[in-house]
Amino acid sequence: MEPIIKVKEVHKSFKNVQAVKGISLNVHAGQFTALLGPNGAGKTTLVEMIEGIQKPDQGEIFIMGKSWKGHADELHRLIGLSLQETHFIDKLTVRETLRLFAAFYDLGRKRVAEIIDLVGLAEKRDAYAVNLSGGQRQRLALGIALLNNPKILLLDEPTTGLDPNARREIWNILLQLKEHARTSLILTTHYMEEAEHLCDYVIIMHQGRILKEGTLEQLLNGDGAEKIIEFTLEKPNQAADLLGSRVPFPIQWEPDLGRGTLLVSHFETQIPSFFDFLKQKNVRLKNLECRRKTLDDVFTSMTGRRLDE
Amino acid sequence: MNKNTLLPRQLIHLIAALFKDIFRQPAVLFWGIVFPILMSLGLGVAFTQKPDVFHTVAVIKNEEGRQAQATPRMDAFFAAQTAPCESSADQTPCFKLSLQEEQLGRTTFTFLKTDRAQAMVLLKRGRVSILLEEKEEVLKYQFDPLNPDSQLTYLKLVRLLNRGKPDSVDSIGHNDIQPLTVTGTRYIDFLVPGLMSMGIMMSCMWGLSYGMIEKRSKKLLRRMVATPMKKSYFLMALMIVRIAMNFIESGLLVLFAYLVFHIRIQGEILALIVFFVAGNIAFGGIAVFISARTANTEIGNGLINVVVMPMMVLSGVFFSYHNFPDWSIPYIQKLPLSLLADGIRSIFIEGAGFSQIAMPTLLLFAMGIGFFAAGLKIFKWH
Repeated sequence: MEPIIKVKEVHKSFKNVQAVKGISLNVHAGQFTALLGPNGAGKTTLVEMIEGIQKPDQGEIFIMGKSWKGHADELHRLIGLSLQETHFIDKLTVRETLRLFAAFYDLGRKRVAEIIDLVGLAEKRDAYAVNLSGGQRQRLALGIALLNNPKILLLDEPTTGLDPNARREIWNILLQLKEHARTSLILTTHYMEEAEHLCDYVIIMHQGRILKEGTLEQLLNGDGAEKIIEFTLEKPNQAADLLGSRVPFPIQWEPDLGRGTLLVSHFETQIPSFFDFLKQKNVRLKNLECRRKTLDDVFTSMTGRRLDE
Repeated sequence: MNKNTLLPRQLIHLIAALFKDIFRQPAVLFWGIVFPILMSLGLGVAFTQKPDVFHTVAVIKNEEGRQAQATPRMDAFFAAQTAPCESSADQTPCFKLSLQEEQLGRTTFTFLKTDRAQAMVLLKRGRVSILLEEKEEVLKYQFDPLNPDSQLTYLKLVRLLNRGKPDSVDSIGHNDIQPLTVTGTRYIDFLVPGLMSMGIMMSCMWGLSYGMIEKRSKKLLRRMVATPMKKSYFLMALMIVRIAMNFIESGLLVLFAYLVFHIRIQGEILALIVFFVAGNIAFGGIAVFISARTANTEIGNGLINVVVMPMMVLSGVFFSYHNFPDWSIPYIQKLPLSLLADGIRSIFIEGAGFSQIAMPTLLLFAMGIGFFAAGLKIFKWH
């Protein structure tokens, strides 16, 4: 099936910063895709090129087989988007703001009322935009993005800076959408939970390039070791005894944090043998945590830094 | 003593960071520091290189259509103490007298011999501040007693005409003040059209320009153009709202001036409305041009000031621009605010109609459309 969004080898530079260095990707109809990466990875630039806000220096972008040149009006009607940060007209109420944007799509009051319910702003429908909280403002932005029943939804960091409750409210709206509508979503985020929770396909970006991409399962289980043991030592200077090529466990040691990490596939069999190994080396643990692998671990294993750094 | 208690480290770092932020933005630096210096330089040159104080007096030689009346006292005064003006654009007889005084600097009196109708026009335009009439060897001074410039001219003029005759205040003739409070000749008649024009300029420049720059900086423009919204509608809506607001603002000002000062619009109302729209289009176009690119409100502030400030000073909103050097007058008259203020004044107090304001109306429309088109070409929506 022809992808709904096709990005071919796009590059974009600003003055002397190369923000996007040759990215290609495909998004299929109904697919929820996350562009995951730390700040400065080039996510916003990429998504703004897809939105038609920025023009690529090189490469091509096709949305439902059409490029932005000559099809802007048509594509604007297919796409719903929310920018990383938008302030609306201060002294316009939620309902008035939605009505204004609805007018751009030739939509009426009925759709505005539906959207107000969908994004849970019924109580705030007569509040001025300037008086909304961060979460409410983001829900308004999301509501505006959904007004035209878009085939493609592009959300740039929709939950950045929001508290966990506000974030979950946005997630719920998007999950509802995933269930009921056949909308394709591209969402940029630096929260791995967001990508894991909402998206079927994750593209990990770093320094203007795609580092790795795939379904959540492909990314997490790619090397067969999907579980993690993290530990600290009572005497951190003993860490040297645990490292090296002759030891049975491939431990990664972070000297700054005084923390060791071990990738495993089965806790039940591998933890006892790890304990035996420690006993044999006469090393005492201070703390030990077992957990499943996350996207952050994948990112850290490839770049040496964490997503939220 | 712990040095941290003197100036906390955090504070020092904050101050340093803020200074860096300013000094690393050359445009902000220009508008904040260089522009005010340029302004002071410009205004300084305009005012300090011209130490002379000018007073212009209209000497009435006859009523319109009537035979010239004899003005023997003034003629004798002109012959004895003044020199003919070097050049006079029209054929109006003109005499000049300069007095150098140690404390007051140089004062130059210009006397224009003209008929009453022309003298009234000159007075309404702020070109002269006082009318002098000689009737049977008695001098009558006609001016708005509430206009400080006219008062000063009167006092200096009486002193000048009585110079060397300390024994009698009015030895040259009998002084007689005739207050001019006829509608159209008072300072308030001059001021209200000026204030209207200034209101249009300020409202367009701050309302439109600043509004657009702010919407750009808040990314609202970017969000709006990511919909099927027609860009031209957005700009048109902004202009329409602004023109409507200006109608309300100016209407209230005129109503107030009518109720309190009994100001009348002596010319054609329809011409005034068309001219008003032309003025709004002119400043609307300039506003779009000025705000076409920047998303920084501080730069916007400077850009607006660079347009507004010189015209505030030069265009004769509060006082006639005829006090500026003669060479500069033709340029000043072409400034949009001068065109607007002069035109509105001519309709208000000189009874002008379409035929008289056709040219400035066209000029203002042309300016507006030209700037609007140029602004749209370079307009940055993102």
